[in-house]
Amino acid sequence: MNAIGRPSLRSLNQEGIVFAIAVVLFVAAAVGLPGFIDPNNLVAIVRSVSVLGILALGMAVVIIGRGIDLSAVAIMAMSVAWYLQLLNTGTPDGLAFAYVLAGVLAIGLLNGFLVAYADVPAIFVTLATGSFVFGYVRSQLITQDAVPVPQDHWVELLGGLRFLDIPIEVFVFAGLAFLFFLFLRYTKWGRYIYFAGDNPVAARNIGIPVRPMLVLRYVLSAFVALIAGLLTAASLHSINTRVVNSTLLYDIVLVAVIGGIGLSGGRGGVRNVLVGAALIGILLNAMTIIDIPLLYQNLIKAAILLGAIIVDGIINPRDEQTAQQGDI
Amino acid sequence: MKLIRTLMVAATALAATAFVAPTFAADDPGPAAYAKALNGKRVMLVPLAMGFDLAQGWAHYLKKEVEAWGGTFETRDPNWVVDAGAQAITDAISSDTRPDVLIIHAPDLNSYSKLMKKAQAAGTYVILVDNPANFPADAFVGSDWDRLGQLEAEAAIKGCGENSSKKIGLVQGDQANSSSLYQYAGIMKVLDKHPDFKVVAKPDSNWDATTSRNVTTTMLQQNPDICSIIDFWDGDATGASAAIRDAKLDGKVFLVTTGGGEKAADCDKLNDGTYGAVVMTDLARQSGDMNAIIKFLLQSGQPAGTSHTYIYTLEKATTKADLKPDSCWDLKALQAEAAAK
Repeated sequence: MNAIGRPSLRSLNQEGIVFAIAVVLFVAAAVGLPGFIDPNNLVAIVRSVSVLGILALGMAVVIIGRGIDLSAVAIMAMSVAWYLQLLNTGTPDGLAFAYVLAGVLAIGLLNGFLVAYADVPAIFVTLATGSFVFGYVRSQLITQDAVPVPQDHWVELLGGLRFLDIPIEVFVFAGLAFLFFLFLRYTKWGRYIYFAGDNPVAARNIGIPVRPMLVLRYVLSAFVALIAGLLTAASLHSINTRVVNSTLLYDIVLVAVIGGIGLSGGRGGVRNVLVGAALIGILLNAMTIIDIPLLYQNLIKAAILLGAIIVDGIINPRDEQTAQQGDI
Repeated sequence: MKLIRTLMVAATALAATAFVAPTFAADDPGPAAYAKALNGKRVMLVPLAMGFDLAQGWAHYLKKEVEAWGGTFETRDPNWVVDAGAQAITDAISSDTRPDVLIIHAPDLNSYSKLMKKAQAAGTYVILVDNPANFPADAFVGSDWDRLGQLEAEAAIKGCGENSSKKIGLVQGDQANSSSLYQYAGIMKVLDKHPDFKVVAKPDSNWDATTSRNVTTTMLQQNPDICSIIDFWDGDATGASAAIRDAKLDGKVFLVTTGGGEKAADCDKLNDGTYGAVVMTDLARQSGDMNAIIKFLLQSGQPAGTSHTYIYTLEKATTKADLKPDSCWDLKALQAEAAAK
């Protein structure tokens, strides 16, 4: 998508730069760090970014359609916390899951409706619904920050599932990435997202159902968040709603954006998410092996991201042709 | 006759004393002074968040006592946001119903120092709980984190045993919170005395379970023969335990952590072998210490900021072997008790 029809110098876009950095880091770590190239460590790297990557897939689809979903982490943590709370207080599993599915669907629809039909900017809508979801569930539906998974429940068993010694999250991430790729590349509605993101007015004028598609994207993002939450709970045997206050949300946007999905919409795809996730995964793993303190880790992470953005800015300067109205 | 008269006088005197004695008891000045000093006083708890076991336990025990002596007990929930906590304290100091005692769970060494000074200037006693801060509060009630770290290290050394790899991994909290910094210092003090034991990695979890899992996975990947891991809080040690489970090293890595002694968070996990040892805070006793110092301060008549008392809670590393039915307190039971009222 990115490279098509561009001059050859331009082919080194942000995705390419970040990919190059990731490869350089990978080679350096493989040579310099004992145990880095070990297959188990490589699996651990992919796994460590699986939940992040899954959330970034949902975010990517929303961003390509020129939106943003800041409620993703709240939906992820609070839907699963509510589900587990229902189970712990004796609600039958099927009923509990139905409640939670309905709740997630409702928030996705609300996000989509407010953005598409009430014309409220996505950044405000999702910021508000995210806070609402967190506040409502935390104060009304659950009693604790951390809600444990009941003993021997399927969520707990899910966390122990392995194929070829590879944790289930990795397969879910890969499967979802493939599905999103098919959706964005080969379905009509998938292609429409690019048109709608690139120029919503023109897309509407040629008869694309821009508004229903917008709603669909937020519903999709909400369901992806639920899956990410279930996987988190599966691995940790509990969900801690404190994650809503963490930097996870920024990391999700980061993975999408450093991979080269422009916040102005209409550009990017699943490949960009994978590149972004790979860079973050390799970086964090290498820094943990070297035993760099967290403060410096954040500094190094930020410096590399800033570097990638600056290089992109130099190679692909913004002008009237590339800049769009609605840039964030 | 004279003897009988003397006896009768003595008997009368005795009877009189016996009669008067209960009147003396009714005149015990204690309860009246107690009621006068305490009645209608306001106590406010501002923890890091109300949503976790320690804060809910403190609130339960404090509320029970404060309301029993005719005071008002309130809590504020900053929900882990430092600014929200600062706002809550500011509002409390300047409101018409300024609390007489403010109990603060400080997020780090410095954030609330100025506000606590302001509170004392306004006449509110400040009690720090659990986390120390760079501020001379009227009292500090909580763990001696350095000592707590020492207990953790001793438990880890014991858990490893003499014939082990003697490699220990640490999952620290962060580099700002006093509980994390002092805990680390305490651990290193003990390990300095046991030079054969080595810390092979000491990443931070930022108190997040997923991060704890990821860094522990890497740590075990690099050093599969680690014999013990010390995670600095039971709130994120679930992540470290997941990594140990995933690496199929259950039973081989002795996981040590610290927590508020809540049943589901600590005792159940000691029982099922997830944790090897937990340095637990005796929450009921810690709350009792707070109640005692509140009563003392309110009756002392001294201006806020006069004295600085440290009341360290007795800590102990508990393992499965010395687990007793009353080793933990049960949050569910406390909640049920509160709901029944």
